[in-house]
Amino acid sequence: MTPPSPTRATEAPAEQVDGGARSGTGTFATRMFGIATLVTMGWLVAFGLGFSPADRDQEEAVRIMYVHVPTVWLAYLAFTVTAACSGLYLFTKKHSLGFDRFAGASAEIGVVFMALSLATGMLWGKLTWGVYWQWDARLTTTALLFVSYVGYLAVRGLGGSHDQRAKRSAIIGLLAVLEIPLVHWSVRLWRSLHQEATVLNTNGDVDMDGLMLFSLFVGVVAFTLLYVWLLLHRSRVMAMEDQLDDQGLDRAIDARRAEATS
Amino acid sequence: MNRWRIARLIAGKDLRIERRSKVLTNQVLPFAGVTMVMFAFALDASNLLERVAPGLIWLATLFSLLVLVQRSFSIEGEDGALDALRVAGVDPVAVYWGKSIALGVQLAVLEVMLLIAAVLLYGAEVPLGGVVLLLTTLVTATCGLACVGTLYGGLTAGFTGRETLLPLLVLPVVAPVLIGATRAVESALGTGGVALSEGWPWIGLLAVFAVAFGVGGALAFGPLIEEAT
Repeated sequence: MTPPSPTRATEAPAEQVDGGARSGTGTFATRMFGIATLVTMGWLVAFGLGFSPADRDQEEAVRIMYVHVPTVWLAYLAFTVTAACSGLYLFTKKHSLGFDRFAGASAEIGVVFMALSLATGMLWGKLTWGVYWQWDARLTTTALLFVSYVGYLAVRGLGGSHDQRAKRSAIIGLLAVLEIPLVHWSVRLWRSLHQEATVLNTNGDVDMDGLMLFSLFVGVVAFTLLYVWLLLHRSRVMAMEDQLDDQGLDRAIDARRAEATS
Repeated sequence: MNRWRIARLIAGKDLRIERRSKVLTNQVLPFAGVTMVMFAFALDASNLLERVAPGLIWLATLFSLLVLVQRSFSIEGEDGALDALRVAGVDPVAVYWGKSIALGVQLAVLEVMLLIAAVLLYGAEVPLGGVVLLLTTLVTATCGLACVGTLYGGLTAGFTGRETLLPLLVLPVVAPVLIGATRAVESALGTGGVALSEGWPWIGLLAVFAVAFGVGGALAFGPLIEEAT
């Protein structure tokens, strides 16, 4: 057992002052991110549904890509952030719970976006391939990854002290990094027929209509901004939840003490 | 006492408990056997059963792995045995290796039994040329499964709700073992005309998996059980 968390002791008063001063989790920065998200989302709707042309082969179905590609990209970004924050939590001396909350918040957002990208991908698959699901390498890896991070979130919900939660989930977060390439390698050996990457192909030529590419770009920017906005808010909500837990415990102890002395 | 000797002692302790309590022979092996019979009910066609026998062997192994892992850590949870080991200053890496070895031995017994069941019930045939590949697959896959099982068993040990959480955590992680071991056994048995030489690349995957989780598990196990109180 580690000594009862010096970080929490030093962290709590600062948060109390902070949390007491404002009622929500919004700050100037989050508001700016929120406004930027709304504006770029508006652009995405305009470009994705209006200005960009229909595809020659995929026709209108290509518009699903403007949501599908950004959500996949974000899910991977979110899981990378989770792994990085898990590593920072475990390997820095301070073991700051802030990193743990960022890891958890990022994983939650990643799971939501991965679910979205699986759903949009299935719709696109039904329209283009004629089936919802293909047992190809990329789809299968993505599905397994999704389930793994649902498991990660379940580990976070196991209970125990904040430090226990942080350490346990950080280890799972890092093991996932070990697991992802192995799962991907095995599934790719198993089979593969997914469409090759179009934008990031090796010879550097982008083989896409200009407006389509721009819509995709707007989508990636809009969803990334949304991610940052959600991440900031969610991690702050988590900090408040932790604080509430700590205070709840203190209150319960005080109540027992009052009972004992009365 | 060096690490290897402690690991052997821990493994010996676990296996002795199994020998005396007979949970493996009285519960886990029959469970695996019932699973094989149930598969036959679900896939009611004898030629299909022979075709998918390698996959069913490994599916039954994975389900039994979950049972074995829970057993492996419930004997530690009773009377706070894991806490006692920790307080006594026993090297957690040695505990990890010991428990992995004990789990691996039990898994190996189970896999041999399942293979025999597949031969008897599903009409699978073991050609002489495939025996070496078959044994290599069994050994490497068992090492990987034992390492992963012990690691995630340690993670969920001592928490309420671990019985339901363990399958969710373990099954996605062991997916590469299921894929690799199934393909390797297919080519060892010559199922569906798969050539013997196609099995060996899968052994590489299984070996990398076992080494990765063996090393990762040994590093992570200490911090994990320190927190499990």
